[in-house]
Amino acid sequence: MLLPHPSRRALFHPSRRALVSGGSALFGAAFIPKIASAAGARDPRLVVIILRGALDGLASVGPVGDPDYVGLHGPLALQFDGAHPGLPLDGFFALNPGMPVFARMYREKSALVVHATATNYRERSHFDGQDVLESGMPGPGFTESGWLNRAIAALPQGDRVGRLGGLAIGAATPLVLRGAAPVVGWAPEVIPTASDELARRVLALYEDSDPLLARAMSQGLQVDRIAARDMGADRRDKGGPGSPAGMRQAAQGAARLIAADDGPRVAALAFEGWDTHAGEGGATGRLMQLLGGLDGAFDAFQTGLGAKWADTAIIAITEFGRTAKVNGTVGTDHGTGTVAFLAGGAIKGGRVVADWPGLKEAQLFEKRDLAATTDLRAVLKGLLADQFGLSPAVLGESVFPGTIGVRPMQGLIA
Amino acid sequence: MAATANLGLIALTRFGYGPRGDGDVAIAASDPRGFLKAELAQPGIALLSGATLPTTAAAIDQFTRDQAARKLERDQLATQQAEDLARGKQLAALGAVSPVFAKVAAADAAKAAALLANPPKSAPKPPSPEQLIFRDEALARLRRAIEARVGFAERLVAFWSNHFCVSANKGGIARATVGSFEREAIRPHVLGRFSDMLVAVESHPAMLHFLDNAQSVGPNSKVGLKAHKGLNENLGREIMELHALGVGSGYTQTDVTNLARILTGWSISNANGKEGVPGTFFFNAATHEPGPIQLLGKTYPEDGATQGQLALLDLARRPETARFIAGKFARAFVSDQPPPALVERLTHVFHDSGGDLRALTFALVDAAEAWDAAPAKMRSPYEFIVATNRLLGHLPEEPGQVIGPLNLMGMGLWTPPGPNGFADTAAAWASPEGMKLRLDYCSQVASRLRDPPNPSDLLEALCGAKPSQQTRDAVRGAESRQQGLALLLMSPEMQRR
Repeated sequence: MLLPHPSRRALFHPSRRALVSGGSALFGAAFIPKIASAAGARDPRLVVIILRGALDGLASVGPVGDPDYVGLHGPLALQFDGAHPGLPLDGFFALNPGMPVFARMYREKSALVVHATATNYRERSHFDGQDVLESGMPGPGFTESGWLNRAIAALPQGDRVGRLGGLAIGAATPLVLRGAAPVVGWAPEVIPTASDELARRVLALYEDSDPLLARAMSQGLQVDRIAARDMGADRRDKGGPGSPAGMRQAAQGAARLIAADDGPRVAALAFEGWDTHAGEGGATGRLMQLLGGLDGAFDAFQTGLGAKWADTAIIAITEFGRTAKVNGTVGTDHGTGTVAFLAGGAIKGGRVVADWPGLKEAQLFEKRDLAATTDLRAVLKGLLADQFGLSPAVLGESVFPGTIGVRPMQGLIA
Repeated sequence: MAATANLGLIALTRFGYGPRGDGDVAIAASDPRGFLKAELAQPGIALLSGATLPTTAAAIDQFTRDQAARKLERDQLATQQAEDLARGKQLAALGAVSPVFAKVAAADAAKAAALLANPPKSAPKPPSPEQLIFRDEALARLRRAIEARVGFAERLVAFWSNHFCVSANKGGIARATVGSFEREAIRPHVLGRFSDMLVAVESHPAMLHFLDNAQSVGPNSKVGLKAHKGLNENLGREIMELHALGVGSGYTQTDVTNLARILTGWSISNANGKEGVPGTFFFNAATHEPGPIQLLGKTYPEDGATQGQLALLDLARRPETARFIAGKFARAFVSDQPPPALVERLTHVFHDSGGDLRALTFALVDAAEAWDAAPAKMRSPYEFIVATNRLLGHLPEEPGQVIGPLNLMGMGLWTPPGPNGFADTAAAWASPEGMKLRLDYCSQVASRLRDPPNPSDLLEALCGAKPSQQTRDAVRGAESRQQGLALLLMSPEMQRR
């Protein structure tokens, strides 16, 4: 058994039925002998961080070498010098100074930036944009399942990654990880935990009367037990997914759960607050602080994963970028091309991947946004192909339907 | 659930905030539709006022004065510190020539060091006016929902307030006005006209602040040309996408930008009083984009704030708006996937009545599809917590008892994660973590009751004579009253509606 304590056994006993039928991850793992990790084979992990609200890629990773950049992005533009210099990535791009950890990983060749990227979605609605980003479908309106979940489901039977399922951080499962493959959830705790006895009875009631609630409840209980075992006092909520402290804490929790031998190998997190219409700030201010939270999350993953970091890939993505030109309120409005951040021991880093489109008016998308020259789905497919061995056919048909023409990007994984 | 429909229970749970344990389930069962309509027929049923609930203008005034007082305090402190520093330097300089001054300087330094090591415990800062107002507004709203006989009007208020949401997390002004926004722009219209609500919402200071329109400047306006300021299209976009037409209904980026242009100048009068009563709607001609502007193929001539009002009235009348609102309304009350025929009917009622929300609401009550026996919806955390308080007959004296758990369950009162509001589907709320949090909450609520009622009696009050056998067995078989109550609160009868 996963947890030999008698009261816990009592708690877990009724849920086993739900697991067999509903296909849950953590529990099933207990019955599988641990052979795979012993042989020294790769044990890859993948973390997807959704940045909700549309990240300003031009103020996150500034194309300082582009002659039109400062004129367009004005007070939000990053620079190589001045009172708040950006962190130089190469002779052309500077990283927002809120991200020193990512800059270090970049120097250590375990982080990279993809710039001027976007999904195929070209309207400017957050919610539709997030639906496309997370569902992996050709257009909005499909919210039944996400590409990350379908990737797990597409793995061959018996595959460790598929068997252990996904981990969703926060009170609700992000769309990217919703679907048929088993997913468990975890969020920091702020009130005392109900007794095992009450939990067992509620679960028994649901199993007799409400399968959907039964499945959700049994999964919630299991993850909570693992968190209690591994995390102790660090479980209290520190400010939620829109605060830098909350981002770091969410990553700490996720790292400990996916580092466990019987934990999921895939996790999804969602951070909020990137919709910077007014008072955005560039090298200082609000955006810099939020990016500091994301940086803290990368840091927490590296620390929390320990030796497992070597085989881990993390990608932070957003629904679209923001206008190239600063708006009337020292912020930016909804745009198109933006950045994706990749970090982890598995990443072949130390470079900015960009087919730079330029920022002259004619080069901007609809004369207002950084054009997207790299299909973000090619990046995501490249990660899934190299981390989990999914074939271009599977990726183009069931994970990102209708995208056979979008080739997985090669060489993202070391 | 029992196979035969318990129509009294459906009336109270699907349309209201759940039974209060007072026999209303049986009363409602005799004429469930009439029971619902009777609540809505009471004059002013959706209005809310109170001595502690300020108008938006008064709330902004309190906030502004407090900010000014805090700034003055900070400035005085800074001046004092500068003076202290200067005095210390002076004494130290004098100490070089006279041992007497040296002693004084040394004593001062020692005092300062002691202070640094053990700073005096400052009294906890009193809550800011915006925090106090928010708490009063929250308490008034909660108590109304818990005390209402059915709570149908309050469900309508919550629906429209979430549809046209603003978030207190935007900052002090938003926190101070989020409650008065609902009372002033939402409540008067939930049984009135959609177009009236739309205009009231988009011209309300809380919305103009939340979606940045108060700062948006027409590029060719007087201020725009002089100060090189420009548009902020946030409000224009969300009106098209979230408030009226719905995303993907055929408008273009140009329409979004043009609506933003039309709405330039819609702002909030400032504190000096020259723009009218401070903290109310102010049309600023100096920031308004001049000239005629086209929207969805129609040209709106320059006409002050009337230009924007006419544009909003046209948006409210469009068939896309009727379809979008009808679909969302049916989804919120009936099912995550509402029957297409129902949506079709509500669309026609909305459109043909000119956006009459009483007609829309009554059409929903009259629809056969709305009375299906199986509860298709998962209660949101807010609905669940209100229903729990109603069932237990508990009227909160202070709002923290509810605000805290709501934050915990990811549905902080008046703080949606984005301008699209909170989700209303089972996929959002019946998550593993969400269910675990509800369990912990129920356990805590049940264990804190000083004189816990008999859970079987409460179950009877909740379901009339028809609880499911499983829930009845679970509650009866509980090992304590507290455990039985927690089981009752977690039962599908309480979680679903």
